[in-house]
Amino acid sequence: MSKTNDSLTGVINLGNLDSKPSIDAKRKAKRKMYDKLFYRFCQGTIFFALVTLVVLVVHILMSGLSWISLDFFTNFTSRFAERAGIKAAIFGSLWVLFLTASFAIPLGVSAAIFLEEYAPKKLWVQWVQINIGNLAGMPSIVYGLVGLAVFVRYFNFERSLLAGSLTLTLLILPIIIISSQEAIKAVPLSLREAAYALGANKWQVVFLQVLPAALPGILTGVILSISRAIGETAPLIVIGALSFVAFTPTNIWDEFTVLPIQIYNWASKPQAEFHELAAAAIIILLVLLFAMNFLAIYLRQKYQRYKL
Amino acid sequence: MFKNFVVLILFIGFFGLSACTKNESRSKQQVRIDGSSTVYPITEAMAEEFSKANKVINVTVGVSGTGGGFKKFLANEIDINDASRTIKSSEVKIAQEKGIQYLELPVAYDGISIVVHPDSFLTEIKVSELKKIWESDAVSTWKDVNPNWPDRKIKLYGPGTDSGTFDYFKEVIVGKKASFRSNYTKSEDDNMLVKGVAGDKDAMGFFGYAYYESNKSKLRALAVAKNDNSPAIAPDPATIQNGSYSPLSRPVFIYVNKNSTKKAWVNEFVKFYLNLSMDKAAGIIKQVGYIPLNDNEYKNLLSKYSAFMEAGL
Repeated sequence: MSKTNDSLTGVINLGNLDSKPSIDAKRKAKRKMYDKLFYRFCQGTIFFALVTLVVLVVHILMSGLSWISLDFFTNFTSRFAERAGIKAAIFGSLWVLFLTASFAIPLGVSAAIFLEEYAPKKLWVQWVQINIGNLAGMPSIVYGLVGLAVFVRYFNFERSLLAGSLTLTLLILPIIIISSQEAIKAVPLSLREAAYALGANKWQVVFLQVLPAALPGILTGVILSISRAIGETAPLIVIGALSFVAFTPTNIWDEFTVLPIQIYNWASKPQAEFHELAAAAIIILLVLLFAMNFLAIYLRQKYQRYKL
Repeated sequence: MFKNFVVLILFIGFFGLSACTKNESRSKQQVRIDGSSTVYPITEAMAEEFSKANKVINVTVGVSGTGGGFKKFLANEIDINDASRTIKSSEVKIAQEKGIQYLELPVAYDGISIVVHPDSFLTEIKVSELKKIWESDAVSTWKDVNPNWPDRKIKLYGPGTDSGTFDYFKEVIVGKKASFRSNYTKSEDDNMLVKGVAGDKDAMGFFGYAYYESNKSKLRALAVAKNDNSPAIAPDPATIQNGSYSPLSRPVFIYVNKNSTKKAWVNEFVKFYLNLSMDKAAGIIKQVGYIPLNDNEYKNLLSKYSAFMEAGL
C-alpha cells in the first residue's frame, strides 16, 4: 500500500520538477555533492588515522621485534643494549597496575553509587559533580606535583610503589567515577521499580539489581582508565620514579620503575641500539594495553545480562 | 558471578591494606641517587656493576636533572646527586642552613661539542663568534656573525635552560650574568637536537660529546679556538682530557652527602664508583661515551674522599 503511495508522489514530484527543472535539479545536485563530499571527508579522516597508526606500529615492530627474547624479560637494564631487559619495569608496571586498581576501583565505584543513588539533589552535590568533571580534564603532570607534595613529602612515603600508585589513583579516579555514573544512569528505571514493587529495600535494589546491570559499563570504564594509568610517565617522573632499578619490588614500600619510564630512558640515550630497545619495550606495553582492552570488551559481553 | 566479583574486589582491597602495614623494610640497605641526565649513563653503569657484586644492596638512579637532583639532595631524600655543573651559591646556602655536609667528586670529563651538518661550510669556530651567535636574538644569518660567511639563516639547536649543559655553555661562552638568546630550538632530549642538526645544512647545535660520538656519521663537530689568534682544537678524548679543548671541556660530578656515607653500603658504593672509574681494563667511562680523568686525578679523589670520611666521623 505504502509502496504505491510512494510511487504516486514520485510521479507528482516529477511533474513539479518538469515545471521548474533548472532550480530544483541544481539544488538536488548540490545537496548530493555535499553529501558525497562529507562522506569522502569522513572516509578520509578515518583513513588518515588508520594509516598513521599502521605506520607507527609497523615502524616499531620493524625496529623492535628482533630485540624481544626471553632474556629481554629476565634481565634488568644495562649499559649494553644486548644485555638490557625490562624485568624491573614489567614488575613495577604490574605492581602499579594492581595497586592502583585496588585503590581506585572501590573508591571510584562507591563514589559513583553515592552520587547517583544516595546524594541529595543539593547545590553542594552539583558543585562536587562539576569539580569531578574538571579534575578529569586536568593535565597529568599536575597530579604528579600533588603526589610529590602529599604522598612523597607530607606522608613521607618517599619514592615508593605506594606513593606512585596513590598518585595514579588520583589521576584516574575522576574518570572512573564519571564512567561508572554513566553506567548506573543507563540502568532503566523500570528495573528499580520492579525490584521495589517486590519489596526490596534500597540497599537490595542498588546492590542486587542496579550494580549488576551497570557492571559491564563500569568495568569498561575502569579498565580503560587503568590502561591510561599504566601508560603514564609524567606524574611518575615528577614524584621521582626511577630509571635504574636492578631489583624487583617485594612490597609497597619499595622503589620502582615502570615501562613508560624505561622506554623514555632508552629513547633518550645516544646509542641507536637503545632506540631499538625502546621500540621493543613499546611493543610489550602495546601488547599489555591491547590485552586490557580486549578484557574490557570480553567482560562487557559476558556480563551483559540486560540489553539496555 | 556478580557475588564473586564483589568478593574479589574486597579481597584486593584488604590485600592492599594489609600490605600497607609492612613497614620494616624501610630501613633496608639502599643507595639513592638522582640528578643529571648527562651523568646518568656513568652512574647507571656503576650501579649495574655494583648490583652484580652486591645483591643485597639496592642502588636506584633517577633522572631529575642537575637542579631537580640538588633539590632532593638538599631535602635529604637522596644520598648522591649526579651533577653536570658545580653546586650554585643559592644551593650552597640551603645546604648550610640545613647543616648538610657534602663532597664534590669529579668523575669524568665531557666535551660540549659544537656540531653542524657534515656538508656545512664550517670546520672551526672562534669563541668570540660563538658568543655573537648565542648571546642575543639579533643574529639571524651566518653573515651577521662574520661578513665572509654566506647570507643564509642559521638554525640553532640547544638544550633547555634547566640543563647543566646549558648552564656551563652559557657561563663559558657568553658569561654567567649575560643574556642568552631565546630564539632557538630547545629540547631536553638530545636525540632531537641530533636529528635537527643532521637534517639541515645551516643548522648548528651543542650537546655532550657522547651524543656526537654516537652520531659521527651524521654530524661534524667544529674545532673551537679559545681566542681569536689561538689555534682551533677539535674535541676528541685526548684534547678533552688534557683540557686543550678549551673552554668547552668540563668535568661532571657526583655530590655525596656526608650523613649518607656514614652508612656502610653508601660508603662502599662511592669507593666502588671511584675505583671502577679509574680501572682502565674495565674502561667503563669510555664505554658510555665519556672521557676518564687521568690516573693522578682519580688517586687524589680517593684520598680526598677518605680525608672527608675521616674528618669528624
